[in-house]
Amino acid sequence: MIDEKFDAIVIGAGHAGNAAAYTMASRGMKVLQLERGEYPGSKNVQGGILYADMLEKIIPDFREEAPLERHLIEQRFWFMTDRSHTGMHYRSDDFNEDRPNRYTIIRSQFDRWFARQAQAKGAVLLSETTAVELIQDAYGKAVGVRTDRTGGVLHADVVVLAEGVNGLLGARAGLRETPKPAHVALAVKEMHFLPPEVIEARFNLKGNEGAVIEAAGTISQGMAGMGFIYTNKESISVGIGCLVSDFAENKTSPSELLDAFKKHPSVAPLIEGSEVKEYAAHLIPEGGYKAVPQTFGDGWVICGDAAGLNNAVHREGSNLAMTSGRLAGEAIFQIKSRREKMNAENLSLYRKYLDDSFVMKDLRKHKDMPALLHTQAQNLFLTYPQLVSRAMENFVRVDGTPKIEKEKDTFRAVRKARGFGVIGDAVRLALAWR
Amino acid sequence: MSEQKPAAGGRASMKKELPEKFREYKHVWVFIEMERGVVHPVSFELLGEGRKLADKLGVELAGVVLGSGSEDVKHAARESFAYGADLVYLVEHPTLADYRNEPYSKALTDLVNAHKPEILLLGATTLSRDLAGSVATTLLTGLTADCTELNVDDDKSLAATRPTFGGSLLCTIYTLNYRPQMATVRPRVMRMPERIEGRAGRIVPFAPDLDEANIITKILRFLPDRESRKSNLAFADVVVAGGMGLQNAENFQLVRNLAATLGAEFGCSRPMVQKGWVSADRQIGQTGKTIRPKLYIAAGISGAIQHRVGVEGADLIVAINTDKNAPIFDFAHIGITTDAIRFLPALTEAFRQRLSPHSKDRLAG
Amino acid sequence: MHIVVCIKQVPDSAQIRVHPVTNTIMRQGVPTIINPYDLFSLEEALRLRDKFGGEVTVLTMGPPMAADSLRKALTIGADRAVLLTDRFFAGSDTLATSFALAQAIRKIGEEFGAPDIVFAGKQTIDGDTAQVGPGVAKRLDLLQLTYVSAISGLDLEDKSITIERRSEGGVQILKTRLPCLVTMLEGSNVVRRGRIEDALRAARADVVAWNAKDAGIEDVTKCGLRGSPTVVKRVFAPPPRAEKAAQIDLAVHKTPNDMAEAMIEAMFAHSPSLEGDMTKLAAGF
Ligand SMILES: Cc1cc2nc3c(=O)[nH]c(=O)nc-3n(C[C@H](O)[C@H](O)[C@H](O)COP(=O)(O)OP(=O)(O)OC[C@H]3O[C@@H](n4cnc5c(N)ncnc54)[C@H](O)[C@@H]3O)c2cc1C
Ligand SMILES: Cc1cc2nc3c(=O)[nH]c(=O)nc-3n(C[C@H](O)[C@H](O)[C@H](O)COP(=O)(O)OP(=O)(O)OC[C@H]3O[C@@H](n4cnc5c(N)ncnc54)[C@H](O)[C@@H]3O)c2cc1C
Ligand SMILES: Nc1ncnc2c1ncn2[C@@H]1O[C@H](COP(=O)(O)O)[C@@H](O)[C@H]1O
Repeated sequence: MIDEKFDAIVIGAGHAGNAAAYTMASRGMKVLQLERGEYPGSKNVQGGILYADMLEKIIPDFREEAPLERHLIEQRFWFMTDRSHTGMHYRSDDFNEDRPNRYTIIRSQFDRWFARQAQAKGAVLLSETTAVELIQDAYGKAVGVRTDRTGGVLHADVVVLAEGVNGLLGARAGLRETPKPAHVALAVKEMHFLPPEVIEARFNLKGNEGAVIEAAGTISQGMAGMGFIYTNKESISVGIGCLVSDFAENKTSPSELLDAFKKHPSVAPLIEGSEVKEYAAHLIPEGGYKAVPQTFGDGWVICGDAAGLNNAVHREGSNLAMTSGRLAGEAIFQIKSRREKMNAENLSLYRKYLDDSFVMKDLRKHKDMPALLHTQAQNLFLTYPQLVSRAMENFVRVDGTPKIEKEKDTFRAVRKARGFGVIGDAVRLALAWR
Repeated sequence: MSEQKPAAGGRASMKKELPEKFREYKHVWVFIEMERGVVHPVSFELLGEGRKLADKLGVELAGVVLGSGSEDVKHAARESFAYGADLVYLVEHPTLADYRNEPYSKALTDLVNAHKPEILLLGATTLSRDLAGSVATTLLTGLTADCTELNVDDDKSLAATRPTFGGSLLCTIYTLNYRPQMATVRPRVMRMPERIEGRAGRIVPFAPDLDEANIITKILRFLPDRESRKSNLAFADVVVAGGMGLQNAENFQLVRNLAATLGAEFGCSRPMVQKGWVSADRQIGQTGKTIRPKLYIAAGISGAIQHRVGVEGADLIVAINTDKNAPIFDFAHIGITTDAIRFLPALTEAFRQRLSPHSKDRLAG
Repeated sequence: MHIVVCIKQVPDSAQIRVHPVTNTIMRQGVPTIINPYDLFSLEEALRLRDKFGGEVTVLTMGPPMAADSLRKALTIGADRAVLLTDRFFAGSDTLATSFALAQAIRKIGEEFGAPDIVFAGKQTIDGDTAQVGPGVAKRLDLLQLTYVSAISGLDLEDKSITIERRSEGGVQILKTRLPCLVTMLEGSNVVRRGRIEDALRAARADVVAWNAKDAGIEDVTKCGLRGSPTVVKRVFAPPPRAEKAAQIDLAVHKTPNDMAEAMIEAMFAHSPSLEGDMTKLAAGF
């Protein structure tokens, strides 16, 4: 029996949980954090890009110590067919700034570091400890959790559910639904190890510079989904993901997509000769704004992926998770310092903070995107890439065919495929993205 | 070797003169391991290896036999000569009847101090590992475990090579400035030398300073293993093994089937044991069994160094792997780049026909 | 009763990477674990403590981050953790390691009571020598019991212990006196998870960190590289055989049956005596 009571118990040591634990512990609160993995980050998966700004708001000088892989100076978008890609690159030396804006990270190292910072501020972390049940009192207020270790219940004034996309605890307690197949993507990722010099040569980088490739097109076989290639120091992360419902419908699996992606003539040379040391599969909430559940209640709040706070369009998740964790921590601290109760009414402050931040604003802005991507998947991911590729090939190949013929061929292909629907799609996409 | 990093050129090349007191250390010794009167075959394998080292150094090879005064000890000495020893140090005492750390490590340490060998080799068995650690620590000398290759280099020091760090690497270790240079070698890693019947040698008796009254540890009982429990993997002429390429426990049956058809033993790589698909005594490799068959067939095994060191002694290595770049093709003699799951049944059938009684008649005729 | 358990933090070797060019171990990002063999010893120590009372101290020598492994041992249920860390220990071989550990155990004895039993793992998965345990025993003049599959009797009055020890061809049942050093055989018990109370206590516990001086080591030339008689002169990748495996030509042999026949031909061509040997073997001679 443990008679000790904590100010807050945080479930999970991912971005959201660490941000919440850090925020509260650094303000002198008594925080207990539970992580089911062997250590923070041991089970967590991300491409992964870290957005500096959102972490700076929590730990301003994080760059000095955090395990960062490479800062990104180049972003490529690839529109792919089976044998080609049409690309857009943005590269700027301005990204070689003192305080770079984006970094690649490896979660197993980054999460461990982040959690340590919270511990340094006084948070108590129990790893390999899974919260299995949210304990509520007779009035339905959350008062603590039970874990999978033998021994008693752990008590706290408030429970911060930062348990990631699966969020079994919240689902079991009826605070949220388990994610629906149409609202989560399943992404798989491999780490391909290569000597740093080789990575730098292949991606035209030097020192700690990094590059990112986001790829869409026939690689997802007509489903809504994207592939990615990120450079780490000594490895390249290669992954691809699509909605779980699509995988089921199309009877294909993420690993099949990844295999095909890796064999693509544009991708294979980048990873050739590498040693694959890690394969991971993870869900990403993609329901968008419309799928965000109730985020607070009596004695509890939900943050990060567990609350579906993920911007699939821009492949942002870590920053929303961190920010929501920080805001939850700040709201809880406010309530505590006013010596008020951790009830739903007071904890609505967290939701207010969320609404006022970029988190909800961005999600609201893209609220129609998930549905659109889904209904237009065939066009967006199969037809258009092929049209673009055909146009580019006509443009680039010099074979004696008169230019006018080539142009006609391009237009004929477009008309045959989609008629003027293309324009409608473009407009719809632009509106949703805007 | 617990946390040994490859020394930078600095220290490795910092080889000083061997201190005066070690100059007189000469000859190569092999500890002849006996349990219940039976010599462990690893001792003969080591005599074979020790012979080569002694010849290169131009010194003598000695077997070291510890035991109680019975016929077994004499027999062990005779066998040592047959496998290449020039002399045998015979340490007889009632306290040495069965292995115990106290009397054995005392007797062996005293013997070393009295007769001063430059190299002392032991098997990497439960008995000799227990003994070697104690003796080396008492003598404050170096001990290299689980060597896969032994050699003497130009300045006559022992170069002991072993796999390192669970990585795909080997390292060569020297014992600088101390004597004797000690090493253990796992059974079946070295080739069994030819036995020369009637080969003779000198016996040098040594009277140990032992007294049962001073020995604290007592053996209450010994429960011998039932023979049937053991697989004969290490000594089989033909071995068929399967690895993770077989993908699940059911497909491992294909390996068993081929082995049964051939009258062979079957084995596996370590992950198959870790998955619980095959029992631990079937594991081949550095932390499993070392084998030296005439034919080794590896199906769906990548050929990691820890596996490789367990099979390199095979006369013929045949590999089946879907990846033409799999490391196993670097040391196999014959390879086929194909799906083992489809290929094994065909191979089993082809062997069945080829080795059928009919073709046996042909052979006999 | 006081029990000391020596544990080592090792890279999770299944995941170790070797730099393809320089042949050095790339430790970055390789997760570390408690040497799995040590867990059997830790569990056995905890069982004895639970039965007979007393305390279990875990000891490791390693870099500061080895404290993680100690904390994990506390989570499992150990009472106290000591980290031996100093740059003088870098590059220790088994002899130097056993020296440092033995000194630290002496010091632990002075500070927290002399141990009745010292446990070590049967072997590590990185060094893989099984030498450090016996080395520590010798240096502390403890009776040594290796490859123990069961502790069948312990009498604290009488200071005696009875164990089952795996030997090559059977099991020895040995009786000896305390204090002694024990290494447990893998699979001899199942390591516990640790209660929530233990986890909480471990999360907050101090890991005692000692440098060489703290451990009472005056002569640091017996530690680290300088105290190690063995030296690694060369690290190298195993050389491939002069020629790679002769491949069965799949352009010629297309069906599995064809391939199988070609394979058997190739084997018997390589080793002509094999066919006779195998025919006899297959017939059960
Ligand atoms: C392949 C892939 C690529 C991605 N790429 C990017 C990217 O490039 N940039 C980006 O910003 N985002 C990216 N994301 C999204 C990002 O990873 C997530 O949005 C982010 O990790 C969410 O953080 P979180 O803290 O909410 O959840 P998580 O990081 O999932 O953390 C939840 C934690 O809670 C623990 N936990 C769960 N249940 C329990 C329990 N009951 N008891 C105790 N502990 C528990 C888990 O072990 C885990 O550590 C990517 C995601 C994937 C899958
Ligand atoms: C300290 C230490 C000790 C170890 N000791 C041992 C040991 O004693 N013995 C041991 O074996 N390992 C040992 N290992 C593990 C070793 O490093 C390797 O991990 C292991 O040998 C790999 O086993 P594998 O080849 O079966 O699996 P993998 O490495 O997964 O290889 C599977 C192979 O099968 C091939 N394949 C896939 N599908 C098919 C198919 N359908 N048909 C044919 N081929 C296919 C693949 O191309 C691949 O080459 C040890 C490791 C450490 C760190
Ligand atoms: N650095 C160390 N710190 C603590 N214990 C160790 C250390 N190195 C080895 N040991 C112990 O000695 C045992 C055998 O190690 P080894 O001889 O390296 O196989 C291990 O299982 C540990 O119990």
